[in-house]
Amino acid sequence: MKWEIVIGLETHVQLSTASKIFSGAPTAFGAVPNTQASAVDIALPGVLPVLNKGAVERAIRFGLAVNATINRRSVFARKNYFYPDLPKGYQISQYELPIISGGKLNIVVGEQQKTVRLTRAHLEEDAGKSLHENFQEVTGIDLNRAGTPLLEIVSEPDMRSAVEAVAYAKALHRLVVEDIEICDGNMQEGSFRCDANVSVRPFGSDKLGTRCEIKNLNSFRFLERAIEFETQRQIDLIEDGGTVVQETRLYDPDRDETRSMRSKEDAMDYRYFPDPDLPPLVVSEEEINRVHSQMPQPLDAIRTNYESKLKITANTAALLTTSRDKAGFFDKTVSELDPLTFPGIVEATANATIGEFSGFMNSAKLEFSKSPITPREWAKLQTRVADGTISEKSRKDLLKAMFAGEGSVDELIEKRGLTQISDVATVEKIVDRIIAANPKSVEEFKVGKEKAFNALVGQVMKATQGRANPAQVNELLKKKLGG
Amino acid sequence: MLNLTIKQLRAELAAKRVSSIEVARYFLQRIGTLQPVYNALISIDEEKSLAQARAADRLIAAGSASPLIGIPILHKDIFCAKGWRTTCGSKMLADFVAPYDAHVVERFNVAGAVVLGKTNMDEFAMGSSNETSFYGAVKNPWDVERVPGGSSGGSAAAVAARLAPAATGTDTGGSIRQPAALSGVCGLKPTYGVCSRYGMIAFASSLDQAGPFAKTAEDLALLLNTMAGFDARDSTSLERTPEDYARNLGRPVNGLRIGLPKEFFTAGMDSGVAQAIETALAEFRKLGCEPVEVSLPNMKLAVPVYYVLAPAEASSNLARYDGVRYGYRAPEYADLTDMYKKTRAQGFGAEVKRRILIGTYVLSHGYYDAYYLQAQKLRHLIADDFVAAFKQCDVILGPTAPTTAFKLGEKSADPVQMYLSDIYTIPANLAGLPAMSIPCGFDDKGLPVGLQIIGDYFAEARMLNIAHQYQQATDWHARLPPGMKE
Repeated sequence: MKWEIVIGLETHVQLSTASKIFSGAPTAFGAVPNTQASAVDIALPGVLPVLNKGAVERAIRFGLAVNATINRRSVFARKNYFYPDLPKGYQISQYELPIISGGKLNIVVGEQQKTVRLTRAHLEEDAGKSLHENFQEVTGIDLNRAGTPLLEIVSEPDMRSAVEAVAYAKALHRLVVEDIEICDGNMQEGSFRCDANVSVRPFGSDKLGTRCEIKNLNSFRFLERAIEFETQRQIDLIEDGGTVVQETRLYDPDRDETRSMRSKEDAMDYRYFPDPDLPPLVVSEEEINRVHSQMPQPLDAIRTNYESKLKITANTAALLTTSRDKAGFFDKTVSELDPLTFPGIVEATANATIGEFSGFMNSAKLEFSKSPITPREWAKLQTRVADGTISEKSRKDLLKAMFAGEGSVDELIEKRGLTQISDVATVEKIVDRIIAANPKSVEEFKVGKEKAFNALVGQVMKATQGRANPAQVNELLKKKLGG
Repeated sequence: MLNLTIKQLRAELAAKRVSSIEVARYFLQRIGTLQPVYNALISIDEEKSLAQARAADRLIAAGSASPLIGIPILHKDIFCAKGWRTTCGSKMLADFVAPYDAHVVERFNVAGAVVLGKTNMDEFAMGSSNETSFYGAVKNPWDVERVPGGSSGGSAAAVAARLAPAATGTDTGGSIRQPAALSGVCGLKPTYGVCSRYGMIAFASSLDQAGPFAKTAEDLALLLNTMAGFDARDSTSLERTPEDYARNLGRPVNGLRIGLPKEFFTAGMDSGVAQAIETALAEFRKLGCEPVEVSLPNMKLAVPVYYVLAPAEASSNLARYDGVRYGYRAPEYADLTDMYKKTRAQGFGAEVKRRILIGTYVLSHGYYDAYYLQAQKLRHLIADDFVAAFKQCDVILGPTAPTTAFKLGEKSADPVQMYLSDIYTIPANLAGLPAMSIPCGFDDKGLPVGLQIIGDYFAEARMLNIAHQYQQATDWHARLPPGMKE
């Protein structure tokens, strides 16, 4: 029996507003418990919610980015249930009329491109936190998180494997964090949480099997593992003659298994009804146009521009646009380069940026916008190599020194006397000397051993402290050895 | 001093014939003496009151002429007042000291009024007789064996007993107007959205409105001027150009068309009420008003619609009273669920529980469409009836309540009988229209009868105009309860 796996994801994205969705309390993570919960968040008698416009703007931005319908009229609804971290005894959410309907997200799985359709996205408030550890036999309630704005994004059940689900989750993460910048994406802090709806069916069937929901997966790794375990559990169950019960499950990373949390019998009736304290949310054309005009160019568009306009390879362009931070740095660098005088410098800089430059930034755990080397200096370094002032090898050393803050490009070239020896006569003299000093290598080369040639080049470079132009050395050696 | 209107008292204070401190002490003394008789108050705090009175006197000395400086006021215990116990008439909030002021309370404080106490009320504003309060029933100053009406029974009784010239109340299904009628005072519920609900403990959010109690329509206008106005903290608060509700009091009313809904005048009213209303209508004809028969055909649906929608919203609004963060918590419990159950079973009274259960039921899966959704649709029909009626008349008149004050315990055994006390008041809440009640006579037992005036949206100034003109020609509003002398 061949099985098809059907997966849909619900993702809760914490929106990056400074204050909460219905109160003015701050949303910053990590504060002392219960110091960022206002009267409204604690649900004192008599308080009322007031909508944060910044949350609405971010929802609109998302809708525009995924080509969804932005509903001109949407309604806030109360989702009623009792739990200590839900102060009002209800969560303000959106039910029948969400702000966003439809939409799609393009994902890449290996070599394949796929489009995942979205069902909807709606605004709601986050609950507080229940802390079970660190308290003697009681549970601590921290209401700092209560009222943080969330955008709940629901996908259609379009994914067919754990790998696809992770690709979708990663693409969505990149979109909301790097591209339209509505979320800080910190999964450890709970800024981006996925619930996976998983079911299986015989391959070829168009009827959906009974699904289980796995809640609160806060890493891509757990997402993948949980789905893999769950699909196997369901397949085994059915093949053994059982039936899948619709229920909510949790993933246990220590045991790498999913466990039942609530069954359908205990399913909650949330008694949704429109919240009478909030008027319907009406979004105007002007507002949508304004949000649209303020949106930065999508990262995918920047990537295709790099490919088409700057003639950068697809792979390099993709790596340059994994974050707006990096792409922005690269753009500023490019504006200081002169590709007319130095053809190929843009491609070379692109490669070096995703290569060594990124290496240094990653080690130092820095954002590109906080780089100790400015785009202008980086461009200058690349130009000094292109115009022959310094050699490739010197570039590597200089980059290291610049990261360490030892000085600017020109200062270091001056200080270290790194100016490339381009005077042919000088280089020729050294080449002659090396040829004379290494008869064995010369013999081996003449017999056909390429390695011997490289050894001679190496010797010349060493003798010039790396300041000779390798291309020039190559040329001279070949001429003199008659190759 | 006990029978002075706000306007008259302000004149005394402005002329320095009396000080705010003297006024405060005078009324605090009355309150202290009569509290055991009427049980109109839940909280009194002389120190706080006198401190406010001193501040008012400083304002007067500095030359401030704001209309309410030094005027004593009582707030229904549903309004959060900073530093005051705010119980909402419930055991659930018996020890809750509000850390902030409701918008309405703030406005009065800024205007220089002096808070003399928090008044008794039906628990969580659910009731029509002030018998569901955890703090005991309030007695009607006209007959202490009878109810003052509810849920703002304490505020109505307090003004009737001259414990203060001004009080605040809230009206969700008639809770200002009905006690005003039964206690022989004036009470007004403004258009929905005119007074901010911030800090006003919620019962049914789409119906609740704050409003004033006083002895005259003119005083109501003064109080409304202070209470009304936009508040950004309430998303249902309306942003409008501020108006002076007293500006039209002196206008003659001849030619005004008075709508008389035939559904208000079919059998249902006690004869004593019917007679007083007839006499009042004759008075309006003398003033030159023209009676017009109008119809509100969906009026019979008003009480059932209300008793689906109000409990539904209440069941959700009262979910926060769970013993976790503030308020009552059961002293012993086995686990979380047990704590919730015991806290709410012990903390809430029977009527509150009844309405929470009804509300939960009508919102639950499988019943939502048949009850809640249907009631919302019918609500629109009821509102549309008024829109049509106001095309033919300028105001609508009728009785406020079907009976005069009933005896304590008379209706508490039958909730539905109690609910029918609100039959004439509920429609205005469902439509969001302004409505008020003023005294218009007495029945043969000497119990007050209230006349209801319902206006079109934002027509408070016109309503107060009519009421004021009526009060120039009559003196029902000036009568004192038995045993009380000027």
